[in-house]
Amino acid sequence: MQVVGSDLKGVTLMSNVALNAQNVGKSFASEEPFIKRWRNRNGKRLAVNDVSFQVNRGEIYGVLGPNGSGKSTLIRCIATLLIPDAGYIEIFGHDIERDEMIVKRLINRVSVDAAFFKKLSAMENLLYAARLYSMDGLTARRKIREILGRLGIKELNQPLEHMSRGMQQKVAIARAFLSSPILLLLDEPTTGLDPRSKREVQEFVLEMRDQHDATVLLTTHDMDEADKLCDRVAIIDNGKIIAEDTPQGLKESIRHRIPQPTLEDVFMELTGKQLVVEQDLAKEVS
Amino acid sequence: MSFWTRELRATYAFVERNFNLVKRYWGWELVWITYSIVNSLAITFIGAGMEKISGQSVDTQFLILYLLVGTLIWSYLSVVFDSISEMITWERWEGTIEYTFMAPVSRSTHMIGTTLFAVAYGIFRTLITLGVVTFFFQINLEKANLAGAMLLLLIGSVSFIGFGIVAAVLPLLFSERGSQMTHVIEALLLLISGIYYPISVLPDWLQTVSMLSPATYVLDAMREAILHGKSTVELLPYAWPLLVMGVITIPFGLLVFGIVERFAKRTGRLKRSG
Repeated sequence: MQVVGSDLKGVTLMSNVALNAQNVGKSFASEEPFIKRWRNRNGKRLAVNDVSFQVNRGEIYGVLGPNGSGKSTLIRCIATLLIPDAGYIEIFGHDIERDEMIVKRLINRVSVDAAFFKKLSAMENLLYAARLYSMDGLTARRKIREILGRLGIKELNQPLEHMSRGMQQKVAIARAFLSSPILLLLDEPTTGLDPRSKREVQEFVLEMRDQHDATVLLTTHDMDEADKLCDRVAIIDNGKIIAEDTPQGLKESIRHRIPQPTLEDVFMELTGKQLVVEQDLAKEVS
Repeated sequence: MSFWTRELRATYAFVERNFNLVKRYWGWELVWITYSIVNSLAITFIGAGMEKISGQSVDTQFLILYLLVGTLIWSYLSVVFDSISEMITWERWEGTIEYTFMAPVSRSTHMIGTTLFAVAYGIFRTLITLGVVTFFFQINLEKANLAGAMLLLLIGSVSFIGFGIVAAVLPLLFSERGSQMTHVIEALLLLISGIYYPISVLPDWLQTVSMLSPATYVLDAMREAILHGKSTVELLPYAWPLLVMGVITIPFGLLVFGIVERFAKRTGRLKRSG
């Protein structure tokens, strides 16, 4: 295999394709009672079904899909948190199973739930994360202040449980940025953020790509966000990729039916489902 | 950056994180230390009251010290065992487990970091308990070989760590009941290890099983060092079984943990929700 260069962490990159997923499949045991499962032994729930795609270095690649379509499972597979049942995934040419430790040094992930030690402060949580990624204390503290400052978080020493959901999500984003990943997995990173915070995070994502040579895989329910940030977009439904193109290309594909289509129109045309967005949830609640 | 620098920094990450957690949950820690002290006092008072209970002459000082060694060692080993076996439970509860498992850190480094803190914190808590109980009973430790006792305690910790790692597998396998299952292991060790009584009072088959518990050897050694003042050299025969157990149980624990971690990644048991 061709060696194409080295990143700052001393890991040799074996390919210029940041992410190569081929025929990836993942299913889970059904959550039915044991007797039903025993009667129906093949009754597995298929979360990701023969998914193949490539993301080039420096790209922002969006994965859009309804709730339960397999987006988070796919990201967990890439993040080495799930082992695929079929196919393979390579990060810069490194297989996620065979070269797990190398892959872990190249990636980081933000999930929709900002999971932290809630009694610890932002500084304590991020210091822990930084040390896991081999950063020394001084450098880590400096970078933490810098990144949190950029995201508008000034209170570094109060327990995270005292922060709003949006602020916690920003700290989660800072945690991922802290390790300077060259493949950043963002699983609905702006869900729950106010418009200003959302914009700050989006700018930060672009900066990570433009100035820090990061490749980004982004899942989102915000179609405008996907349109604004993504170079290419895949639409996933029932665990399968049903369309993949640039946002413009996807919109062009339905122009014969809708004169001025948005990415949301594309989504609904292809999945046949309504988007569940925060506004809808708010309406439901009210 | 060298491999060792990376691993050392990651090791320190776990030590520092656990220290911060203890600091932030200080209220809980205060409760546990108080519980531990009261428990030790209550058990040691059984020794103080034995003459009145039985109506016969008893070497009360010896009995107090005998029970005190048991309660202190059990308190220490419980802290070490709990800290290691609960590392998964705690992370699952906080929801951070995926982030820790996604980091480029080997599981042995994860365990070493957790263990180092557990041993240091266990010693700290045991010394506080010892100080309070000594104040209550005015115990005379002039003849005791405290240095030898401490050495054996540290050696004993090594073998207990292996048991802790194996127990840590349970919360990974059973997200809701795994934590309670580790307490069953702990309770069995309490029963068979001669914490508050000599193992010779146990049925024969349980005496045989007690030979598999590292706590049995730690307690025998500690009592020889503290009650009979035996020298460190004389304590060495107790050290070998502990070292052998450590050499077997730690790699075995890591192997089992590795297998179960892969199983958890295949079946999706790492995540808490979402």
